[in-house]
Formats: sequence, C-alpha cells, structure tokens
Amino acid sequence: MSKTRTNIMVCGGTGCLASDSEKVAKNLELIIKARGYEEEAKVIQTGCFGFCEQGPIVKIEPDNVFYVRVGPKDAKDIVDEHIVKGRKVERLLYKEPHHNKKIGKQEDMEFYKKQLRIALRNCGLINPEDIYEYIALGGYEALGKALTQMSRDEVVKEVKESGLRGRGGGGFPTGVKWEITKSQESEVKFIICNADEGDPGAFMDRSILEGDPHSVIEAMAIGGYAIGADKGIVYIRAEYPLAISRLKTAIKQSRELGLLGKNIFDSDFSFDIDIKFGAGAFVCGEETALINSCEGKRGEPDFKPPFPAQEGYWGHPTNVNNVETFANIPPIITKGSEWFSSIGTEKSKGTKVFALAGKINNVGLVEVPMGTTLREIIFDIGGGIQGGKKFKAVQTGGPSGGVITEEYLDTPIDYDSLLSIGSMMGSGGMIVMDETDNMVNIAKFYLEFTMDEACGKCAAGRIGTKRLYEILNKITSGKATMADLDALKQLSYMVKGSSLCGLCQTAPNPIISTMKHFWDEYLAFIKDVDHSQGEGEYDGAKNKDNLMLKA
Amino acid sequence: MKSLTKPQAISVTKPVSEELPKEKFDELEEFIDNMETTKGALIEILHKAQNIFGYLPRDVQLYIARKLGIPGAEVFGVVSFYSYFTTKPNGKHTISVCMGTACFVRGADKIIERLKEKLEVESNEITEDGLFTLKDVRCVGACGLAPVVMVDDKVFGRVKEEDLDDIIEAYRS
Ligand SMILES: Cc1cc2nc3c(=O)[nH]c(=O)nc-3n(C[C@H](O)[C@H](O)[C@H](O)COP(=O)(O)O)c2cc1C
Ligand code: FES
Repeated sequence: MSKTRTNIMVCGGTGCLASDSEKVAKNLELIIKARGYEEEAKVIQTGCFGFCEQGPIVKIEPDNVFYVRVGPKDAKDIVDEHIVKGRKVERLLYKEPHHNKKIGKQEDMEFYKKQLRIALRNCGLINPEDIYEYIALGGYEALGKALTQMSRDEVVKEVKESGLRGRGGGGFPTGVKWEITKSQESEVKFIICNADEGDPGAFMDRSILEGDPHSVIEAMAIGGYAIGADKGIVYIRAEYPLAISRLKTAIKQSRELGLLGKNIFDSDFSFDIDIKFGAGAFVCGEETALINSCEGKRGEPDFKPPFPAQEGYWGHPTNVNNVETFANIPPIITKGSEWFSSIGTEKSKGTKVFALAGKINNVGLVEVPMGTTLREIIFDIGGGIQGGKKFKAVQTGGPSGGVITEEYLDTPIDYDSLLSIGSMMGSGGMIVMDETDNMVNIAKFYLEFTMDEACGKCAAGRIGTKRLYEILNKITSGKATMADLDALKQLSYMVKGSSLCGLCQTAPNPIISTMKHFWDEYLAFIKDVDHSQGEGEYDGAKNKDNLMLKA
Repeated sequence: MKSLTKPQAISVTKPVSEELPKEKFDELEEFIDNMETTKGALIEILHKAQNIFGYLPRDVQLYIARKLGIPGAEVFGVVSFYSYFTTKPNGKHTISVCMGTACFVRGADKIIERLKEKLEVESNEITEDGLFTLKDVRCVGACGLAPVVMVDDKVFGRVKEEDLDDIIEAYRS
C-alpha cells in the first residue's frame, strides 16, 4: 500500500481512540522520526480491528505481529525493539486467557480463528481516509464491473441469487427489494443507507463506516445503478462524529476521482450522495420514520403499505438498506453470487457481524459465517465469561429481541433459528449476562429504553410501554402481587398485537422471554408468595402455566 | 431535483439579547441563506443552531420558524421529538454516563446514581454552580471499555465508583 518497508497499523476506531490510541500513533511517529526511520516505517491509522477489549491495538505489517493494550509509553519500545532491532516486544503480545501462551499472529488467536470477514474485510487493514488504499485492495472494481459489463437486470439478479438478506434486522432479501424498487415507474428514485444504529450497545455499522466508508459508497452507487436512482442519502446518527467525518472525507475523495458525480466510468450513469443527520431518536431507524426524519420532520413511522419502495422520500420510490447490507455488495459483484451463497446456512447466506459485549472476556466486533453456534461465538471467540463466572443468558436483537439460555447455545444462528428459539437476529447486538445479573432488571432496563423511545404516535405503544415499565418497577421494588405478574403478561401480548410499528410491537419481547425462562426470578420479587418453602411455592402459582395460557 | 426549490430568502428581525447575541444570529442566517434549498432542511438547521448557541431556546426556535415561513409549533414539535436537541443551556462541562446495554450490565446504573448524589442533580440538570450538566446517553461506542463516562469529549473507560471523585475534581478547577 505504501512504499515504506514496515507499516505500523494503529487502530483508530472509537473504542481505541477512547483509550488514547491517537497519542500512541503520535508518539510512534515522533520516535520514528527521532531515530531517522521515516523512510523505513510508516504509521497508519486504521478502522476497528474488532478486538476492542484489548485496545488500543497496534499491528506491524508485513511482520504480522499483533500488539494489544498499547499505551502511549509503549511507543518507544515498539520502535526501538521491533522496528530498529527487529525483536518482538514480548510483553505487549496477547496472552490467551486459558493457556497463558503468548501469541503474536492475529490468525492464531482464538478470537480471530473462527471469524470470516466479508463486511469487515478492510477494517483494520487500510487507512479509511485514503481512497487509494481502498482501491489498492480491489475497491471500486465492483462498481466498474457493474457499470461497464453488467446490465441493471444482471446486477439485480446477481444480488438476488447471492441470497443476501437485510442486515438491519428484518432479513428481507436485498435482491428482491432492489427488484421491486427497480420496477417502479418513476423518473426520480432514491437509495438510502440506514446508519441510524439505534440498538444501544451495538456498534457494527459505526465500525464499518469508520473503518471502510468507501465500501458503503461504492455499494450505494451500484444499488443506485441497479434500481435507477441518481441520488443517495446516508442517514447517520449525529452521535457518531468520527464516522461522519470519515464518511465526508470519503465522499469528497470519490467525487474528486469521478467515482461519484456525472458519467461514472464513462457510462451514462450519474450518482451522488448526501448525508442527513439523525438527532437521537431510536424509532428513526425504522425506515418510514427515517424517511420522515430525512424530510426534516418528526421521525414518526407511517403505516405500510405503501412501502418506501413504492412511495418513499418525498413520495418517490426509495430503497432503504442497512450499512452492513451495503458492505456485502461489492464482493458479491466481483466474486459472484455463487461464492457468496456457498457461505452460511440454507436460508441465510454469508456472514453476520455481531457486537459482542457485556460479561464476556473479549468484548469486540466479530464476523462469523451464518450457522456458527452461539456457543462458538461466546466461548471460543468471546473467550467465555468474565471473572470465571457462570453463563446465564445472551440477549440478541437488542430491545426487540429476547434472551437465549444455556440449553439453546448450540443452535446454529441464522434468521429463522433465532426466531424459533424466541429471540431474533436483530441488527447484531449480542449482550452476554452472567449468573449475577437479575433478569427482571434486564427486562426493566429494556422497557425503560423503549418507553423513552416510543414515538407517541400510537396509543398502544405510548401508554402500553409506560404501564409495562411501571409494573416492572413495582415488581423490582417488592410491592407487586401475583395479579401484577398476570397483568404484565397480558399487557405484553396486547402491546405486541396492537402497536403501529416494529418498535412497540417488539418492545414486550424482553419481558415475554425472561418470564418464560426466568420465572423464578419474577416470583422472588412477589410479596404474596411464601418464599420460605422455596421459590414459587405459592398455591395459586402452580398456575405458572395457567398464567402462560391465559396470556 | 425540480421539486426541491429554494424559497425566497425572508428577512426576519432577530430577537437579540445578552445571551443570544446578534453575531450568532447572523451566523445562523448566513447558513440558512446559503442553503441550496430549505425544503426538508429543518433538522439540519436545528443542528447548526444548537452548534452556534449551545442550545435551542424559544427565541431561536421562533426565529427559525419565521425565517423558514413555517409555524413555530412545527419547529417546537421537531425540537421536542429528538433527544439530541436541548432547550436548556448546558453547564460548563457535560458529564455523560453511557446507559447503553453493554455499560448497563457492567454497572452503569450504579455509576449514574453515585454521580447524581455527588453532584446533587438529576439527569439533564445543571449543577448549582453551573459547572456540570449530567446526562445519560445511549452507547458512545466504546463498549469494550464499559462502563463508560464522558466528560465533554474525553472518554473515561472501566470506571469504578471510587474513580468518580477524581474525575469530577479534575474539572472543578
Ligand atoms: C424500531 C425499529 C428500529 C430500527 N432500527 C434500525 C437501525 O438502527 N438500523 C437499520 O439498518 N435498520 C433498522 N430497522 C430496520 C429498518 O426499518 C429497515 O428494515 C432496514 O433499514 C432495511 O435495510 P436492510 O433490508 O438492508 O436490513 C429498524 C426497524 C424498527 C422497527
Ligand atoms: S453501551 Fe456504553 S459504550 Fe456502548
């Protein structure tokens, strides 16, 4: 990528920046200069390596040595030992928690072994602020191929046959969505990238935009060509300043090279991208709400149909896709749908990025083929539970999802299997809980979130989430009776069945699933249960099943 | 984009006061006048205004409404919908406690309770001396460092209750 012999890649993702990686990079540069090694070694700030728990990460290429938890003071040793003398700095190498072995190579680490990086292919590998590095790794080849060798129908067909499904949570087949938008008769169409990423504790989309913004820009242009849109919009949270600035830089560079603008690759296709900012409302991740927000209005959802593909931004056909969905597009076009569909399970192709967090040893960003089991993700890649505690549950799908317990850990994950065990794929948040976490509190935490974020347009969502939260509060403060548990259950199903959009329809899911798997923990809070006889020995409460049935 | 045209620039009196000086209104006006179109741009304009003034008091909202030729209620409706917009001025420093899920399961709820006690404020309130605003925010993107507290732009990771005094003290001077 650059002419220097050695490249020192320093992670410049939000997580590592928060632990001073900027200073690490500065110090490295200063010391390299002081030693007169500028011709030999170059410091490059990359996007997220994914191994956030061990940040700041520094990787030396082509030596393929991976240093972890590097502080500004370690810069001297890295330069003096590694760069000047060619010796590894042992103390900065990663130590596998289980067998105390020091490991220098990224691919030997348990954390990376089972991963397959497609959407994150360039994160940690290139300088996201330099378009030439993206191009050097095959960037914009897919756009060139689409524009010069493929018809619009062929592009749609390729994406359709790849089996790619929406990574924003819904799992709708992307190719089908493109086909529908393409088939609309309209002179003006739009393609929107949903970078609102509302699920708290998830950072897949942000990391892609910070680490590899061009892959999203390229994919949007390919999508625009396919559906017949000459205008793209990225709707991004204002809370992501670094992603915004990298995206802006990337758009500017693409324009300068004519990869955005008029007659791209000398074709008759013109395309440009605008950025719109969110302002802190979870519901704006929902596509109709997002479009309202793009139009400068309150981000309230609308009834569907009409779907955005029919009537979207300012009434024009609009295709909305998630960031990670887009990041998969360029490799699908260059390598072909057959390659992509050979990865994954029967109905879910390719990989999925998860933000692994909570009580787990290796917090970070992981990308695995569909069909990997939760156990592999949590125990092999994630390194198991922090502090040697016992695993209790994992929540996928964020505030819309449910908890998954030990007995289901061997389920191969895909869209359908997760639904069948009472949770959902969601956008990729994965929060691990240990034996000390109280599940009623977790449910309450999620309900507080959805209550705050409910937009207020429908009564079921507005009032329902508030009442659910109040009952949970009553339970955790020890004032509730069995009747309250009954009410909680009934109300959950009511809100689920009668709310306007996905936000409140799924809001009760954390309650429903924790009640199902951790009923004892609810009972433990109830005052008219006789706890002396062990939890749940309340005469009316043999009716655990009755309650379930009634609801 | 035929449908997106720029409405005529409207000249509006600026409700200037001590806290809301004329230069800031001028900056906002120039931003709006330079936009290609103001159709659908209300949120963008509010972002800019909050950037300039630090918050969005009633007078600024009304000014924007007149400038764009839309009802004040529409502006207020948008401002109140989005949690990013604030109608109250902030303290000199903003202490944001991440209440995202990753931070929550690693004890962020206790951190914010302690901060409320120490600063004697609730969330979104400003301390008596005007030095701090306490906020709860959702995921600042450093989940690997959970629980996370931010003071202005500086991120403190793996925060323990014992660390809070030191963090606050560092910003008192
Ligand atoms: C309450 C709610 C929040 C959502 N938040 C997001 C989000 O943050 N990011 C996202 O990409 N999709 C989100 N979605 C899904 C979008 O509505 C939409 O399905 C998606 O952007 C389509 O892109 P895809 O097909 O590529 O997944 C959300 C849906 C609902 C109901
Ligand atoms: S949940 Fe706190 S930084 Fe992500």
